[in-house]
Amino acid sequence: MSAERGAKKVRNRFLTVLAIISFAVFLQQAPNLLDGYKIRIMNMIAINAILGLSLNLIYGMAGMFSLGHAGFMAVGAYVSALLILTPAQKTAMWILDPIAPWLLGVHAPFLISILAAGLAAAFFGWLISMPVLRLGGDYLGIATLGFSEILRILITNLTPITNGPLGLKGIPAHTNLRVSYGILLVTLFCTVRLMKSNFGNVIKAVRDDETAARTMGINTFQTRVLAFTIGCFGAGVGGALMGNIITTIDPRMFTINQTYNTLMIVVIGGLGSITGSVVGSVLVTVMLEWLRFVENPIMIGSTQLFLSGKPGMRMVIFSLLLIGVIIFRREGVMGMKEFSWDRLFSFFSRQRGDAA
Amino acid sequence: MNFSMFLQHFTNALGLGSMYGLIAIGYTMVYGILRLINFAHGDIFMLGAYFVFFATIQYKIPWALGLVIAVLGATACGLLVDRIAYRPLRDAPRISALISAIGVSFFIENASIVAFTGVPRNVIQPKLLMEPFALGTVRLIPLSLMVPVISFVLAAGLLWVIYRTKQGLAMRSISHDIETTRLMGVSVDKTIALTFAIGSALAAVAGIMWALRYPKVEPLMGMMPGFKAFIAAVFGGVGSVAGAMLGGLSLGFIEIMSVAFFPKLSGYRDAFAFVLLIVILLVKPTGLLGEKLEDKI
Repeated sequence: MSAERGAKKVRNRFLTVLAIISFAVFLQQAPNLLDGYKIRIMNMIAINAILGLSLNLIYGMAGMFSLGHAGFMAVGAYVSALLILTPAQKTAMWILDPIAPWLLGVHAPFLISILAAGLAAAFFGWLISMPVLRLGGDYLGIATLGFSEILRILITNLTPITNGPLGLKGIPAHTNLRVSYGILLVTLFCTVRLMKSNFGNVIKAVRDDETAARTMGINTFQTRVLAFTIGCFGAGVGGALMGNIITTIDPRMFTINQTYNTLMIVVIGGLGSITGSVVGSVLVTVMLEWLRFVENPIMIGSTQLFLSGKPGMRMVIFSLLLIGVIIFRREGVMGMKEFSWDRLFSFFSRQRGDAA
Repeated sequence: MNFSMFLQHFTNALGLGSMYGLIAIGYTMVYGILRLINFAHGDIFMLGAYFVFFATIQYKIPWALGLVIAVLGATACGLLVDRIAYRPLRDAPRISALISAIGVSFFIENASIVAFTGVPRNVIQPKLLMEPFALGTVRLIPLSLMVPVISFVLAAGLLWVIYRTKQGLAMRSISHDIETTRLMGVSVDKTIALTFAIGSALAAVAGIMWALRYPKVEPLMGMMPGFKAFIAAVFGGVGSVAGAMLGGLSLGFIEIMSVAFFPKLSGYRDAFAFVLLIVILLVKPTGLLGEKLEDKI
């Protein structure tokens, strides 16, 4: 029995490595196979998956309803952009107010800036978590939403540091497939290891029954602060990657709609499921792009289809989808389940068994 | 700042605050009964403003009739939201209903962008309300007096409904214990629908006054006032109608007066409400007039 289990473990590890290698080969070839638009969508899938995973850690795994993701993304995006831009670019861009002198010379390579972005977002997350994590449920949601909005207003007004409402332009497009999927892989690895560790169990215990967890001697508050801070780190990294692919950022990018987007990924994928966040990211990103067709006039014969060709239509369909998912399939695509090779194999063998 | 300028700011704050209060009543009533933040409430406020715009300016219906149509229309939308998006989730975890509320709010905003286009439209103010008159050293327009008066009359009427009628008794009863109320033969779904109807009607009135006061309508106009009104509801004490008015007024005064006394802070105006929220949640989570909501284990 244990020999069989050992063999399965070896097989699973082998399959995982194989899958990663074949995906890496695909990514290597992708620029030759796909056009720029599709590559961009693939990049967005990876970034959204990182954002989804980080929100899922806060909301799905640790059960803290946070609506502040956009604010932490904004912090990450700005920190990364400010570190990457050259002094010449900076002096040319700040026209409303001169740039703060200490900021002019600050410079860091891309990957360091991503790390710094994560750390800065984590710092802000930690800062706000101290007071607001004492709140529960929806109060926490509205307080984090408020904090995210405060961050956005600060960014709009602190012109010497952030260039205010004009935003930052000309960020080099450093995010490519290798970077975005590399970071996604690291994020996935860390999340899986974290949830399999003792800390993962503690997080789930606090989520499922805080009183019981406290009785067992768990410092529930500290656990939540840590989980929240790690999640904010992910939001900062995701925001930084996003800034480096869109190449311009401004405060209006990081409104509550940005948070809703990530929330949809997590809800549609399945709260508390790591696989779900990745699946959700693929579904949401691809669908949002695919739905663009409804914003072009659709002709049936010579008459235009009713309501087609109106800007904003895809978001209407998308919000209906979110309501539908929450009413009819609350657990999302994956529920709390995770992908595993064993389940895949047993699924296929069952299918074969049925056919026979 | 001289005294007449102060009075000018005072009337502005009173108007803004009482509108926040009217919207906040809808939040506080729904939260008191269902423990649900009705994110779509700010969008009902927006719909009220749009309906009056279309009725009176696009279709030239007389003002009085247009107002009635707008309030009824927004009320119908509020009822529809409850029926479609919230009622199927009554027994679901509260967070699911909350996500549904976010979805509905998102839907109404985007559907309005599709239906009304995203371009802001100007509202023509009736001359009667804009004729300035002097009150001592202050020059006022009738509108800026009407807004607080209407708001307070409506709030007082609502208090009467809640504390002096059978329907009000049913509402208070549900907010204490929904199951027992059902056993007593009260139609819970109908009472909840009534709550949504009242809240939506008040939001529509606020939306109409808002559209007249800041003569413009746009599909996202409900977002910020909605968030702020919710904060006002929390500040005043969730579940308390008087608290919602008090919270709304406080927020209105904080916003107007801090910008009036420190003009440099005007860029941060929208942040005050959120700072206030975080502070009140830390210092007194039950709000000024709220009772403690016990957590059920």
